[in-house]
Amino acid sequence: MYSYEQEIEERTDNVVRMNVGPSHPAMHGTLRVMMEVQGEHILRAEQEIGYLHTGFEKLGEHRTYNQFITLTDRLNYFSPLNNNIGFALAVEELAGIETPRRAQVIRTLMAELSRLADHSLCVGALAMDLGAFTSILWTFVEREKLYDVFEAVTGTRLTTSYTRVGGVAFDLPAGFEKRVLTILDSMEETVDKLRGSFYKNRIFLDRTEGVGVISAADVESYGITGPIARSAGKTYDVRKYRPYLVYNELDFDVPTYTQGDTLARYKVRLDEMEQSIRIVRQALKLLEPGPISALDQKHALPVKMSTYTDMESLIHHFKMIMPGPEHGLNPPVTDLYSATEAPNGELGFFLVSDGSSNPWRVRIRPPSFINYATFSKLIEGAMLSDVVAILGSFNVIAGELDR
Amino acid sequence: MNAPAPNPRSSSPVYARENLPVLAARVEAAFGDRLLGKEEKTQYIQFSVKAADAHDLVRFLKEEPSLGFTWFIDCCGVDYQRYPKPVPERFAVVTTLLSPALGVKAQVRAFVPAADPRLASNVDLFAGANWTEREIFDLYGIAFEGHPDLKRILMPDDYEGHPLRKDYPLRGRGERGAFPVYHAVPVALAPQDGEG
Repeated sequence: MYSYEQEIEERTDNVVRMNVGPSHPAMHGTLRVMMEVQGEHILRAEQEIGYLHTGFEKLGEHRTYNQFITLTDRLNYFSPLNNNIGFALAVEELAGIETPRRAQVIRTLMAELSRLADHSLCVGALAMDLGAFTSILWTFVEREKLYDVFEAVTGTRLTTSYTRVGGVAFDLPAGFEKRVLTILDSMEETVDKLRGSFYKNRIFLDRTEGVGVISAADVESYGITGPIARSAGKTYDVRKYRPYLVYNELDFDVPTYTQGDTLARYKVRLDEMEQSIRIVRQALKLLEPGPISALDQKHALPVKMSTYTDMESLIHHFKMIMPGPEHGLNPPVTDLYSATEAPNGELGFFLVSDGSSNPWRVRIRPPSFINYATFSKLIEGAMLSDVVAILGSFNVIAGELDR
Repeated sequence: MNAPAPNPRSSSPVYARENLPVLAARVEAAFGDRLLGKEEKTQYIQFSVKAADAHDLVRFLKEEPSLGFTWFIDCCGVDYQRYPKPVPERFAVVTTLLSPALGVKAQVRAFVPAADPRLASNVDLFAGANWTEREIFDLYGIAFEGHPDLKRILMPDDYEGHPLRKDYPLRGRGERGAFPVYHAVPVALAPQDGEG
């Protein structure tokens, strides 16, 4: 029979086993780390995940393509719009559906606003975990304003379910442009304030500089993408690699640092916020009136309002929604991997279709899952207090990690 | 005070469609008959092989200097039981890789027989395969030979069955309500409903 007291008594090397999580305020979500510590030094560590496993991939096989969009909200719940857009793009690529220009511009806008919201939470929370509480209040104010915009556009703040296969669910509300421009201005000020507060802050630098260094070779071997890869000198961004939506018309940079430490990850995220602001400003100019959903009504849901007033739309709506082999979206019998750049990295969907209205297999390639695999290697040899700093800079979202 | 941060222009690898035939030719020259199939997708090429050849092909893609698929992207399982299109075996393990030098992705689809679901692990080539292979082992019951730490990752350690298999029902086994409930305070000592 194992006894903790007995182990402490018997061990002479001063090594203590320590468990943090799965329910602990410092472990964002439901993460659990088991460590062997000697004094303040971590000798060995192992993470355990799966506490939020909900079986999205299994559920996806029993939902239609459009129904699965509601499940993508719950992946990375700090940027649900990016997940909605990533999944819709994957299905459209699989079924060969063209989306109208306005829908593409709206999706680009919402993806970047959502990236701003996600990054602002991460940079705020990282500094808060290190004791600087003010920063999260600054970024939360901005995030709240963005969530108000999401509410005005999609009807909900968190579980947006905004896209449909073939377009988006609703058009932008009146005054959207003016409202967003105001937020961008204050967001820019906040980014500057954060830079001024932390880039030369001795306490912050001591706790982040040189902490949790990822090497460029590890990035490729572990398959790390997103801000973490770009902080280690690996410039890979799906928006540049294979521009989707209207990204090829927009002028933006991919911020890259070479240090690979926690501070570099913090800086990359702040720089990316700046770039997202640039993208949104440009994309707003591309907005032109037009349809927001594909006109190919054999594959795309008609706009909801028209199903109330127009016989043909109602029939198409029935054809898309009703269960049965002749109904619904029937993509070709094949498989496809399609990826977009989510705030945490490459968000991929590997869809296998059997030609029916439901996917045969939905594989979600969650950036958090792949990135977090390297975590225990990083904290081995570090100090206990570094765990919180490194974890904060990873922005691991349990919903996406465990699916 | 707030000096602009260094923002080098993007040097991200860029998708190069013209390199897809190069990739296809190299792999066909090296593997020939061992390829079960080759399919060009919208942005990558998918190679289908038998389970025994999968590790060799992944190693070839990574270590062949003219290809350089050094970036691990994803690894997942598929269950093709009663799939409408004929497939060689019931299970498939699909590995996706990126070549920053060529600017293309490649996918290796290894078919794994249901009678003996096992194939060689890629952990010796890519550290990222560690967790993804554990996930496939957990949800499909496919064993990876040479994996350093093959155990369940998402489901509890004492769980029975592999939920993503097609013969595993959506409902009826292992819902949240069926898991045992652990109490911090022994139930006998906890305040009963209506008492406090």
